[in-house]
Amino acid sequence: MLWPLFRQSMTDRWLWLYDRVIASDTKLARQVLDEMLAQLEAQHWQQRDIFAVHLATEEALVNAIHHGNGSDLRKSIHVVCRLDGERIRIEIGDEGRGFNPAALPDPTTSDHIHAPCGRGVMLMRAFMSRVEFNEQGNVVTMVKERERIPN
Amino acid sequence: MSAYQRLEVTEVGEVTVVRFRNRRITEDIDIQELGSEMFSLVESDKREKLLLNFSAVEFLGSAALGKLITLDRKVKAQGGVLKLSNIGPNIYEVFAITRLNRFFDIKEDEADALAAF
Repeated sequence: MLWPLFRQSMTDRWLWLYDRVIASDTKLARQVLDEMLAQLEAQHWQQRDIFAVHLATEEALVNAIHHGNGSDLRKSIHVVCRLDGERIRIEIGDEGRGFNPAALPDPTTSDHIHAPCGRGVMLMRAFMSRVEFNEQGNVVTMVKERERIPN
Repeated sequence: MSAYQRLEVTEVGEVTVVRFRNRRITEDIDIQELGSEMFSLVESDKREKLLLNFSAVEFLGSAALGKLITLDRKVKAQGGVLKLSNIGPNIYEVFAITRLNRFFDIKEDEADALAAF
């Protein structure tokens, strides 16, 4: 298990810590996302990296709200963010039963390319450095390593 | 008076050119409305040659891709043609990763796209 070790060693080095529980409402999720992106802007992250975090977090929040919690406003989303000089770590949990990410069909195959949905997890994996789900499949943890401009 | 809140719709010859008023096409506010407006271009207005110009769009997610796929199906069902243009590098990567860059006819800019109808 990587995270407890990671968390312990990095505890004093966070530039920004964020821990919030919101209702399953996309407008509230938008506010969370805007706060997160503002922190990356403030730390002068590359626009390409900000786009990646934006996309993956939006997909994860939408999945949590619609698929996890069934858009039920009485159910909550838990968002935890940790930002340091090198990376952002985002954890998003919902109250749903979870799902098996390994069972998702490949949306790029000829059988699924016409489907209007089913691309969110693929995009999260493509744009983030690491994406992991808990065993139940209702908490996703994503890490984006910051791109450095060569001197 | 424009009937569209989310779109700017102009005519260039036989082609209907559509631009987006939102910089971000996201789930929270506009996606359903945007979908309805795009679909009405085909279903109500019966426009057959559609060009979507993304020059104003800085962000879109998978929900927007879904609307584009549904739009494409509706256009083809009426014997029409859909093309996309002016897609910036970040958004193009979204199309490339999902292989939708091969599914859609994407042109560099509006002039290229208009010439290809």
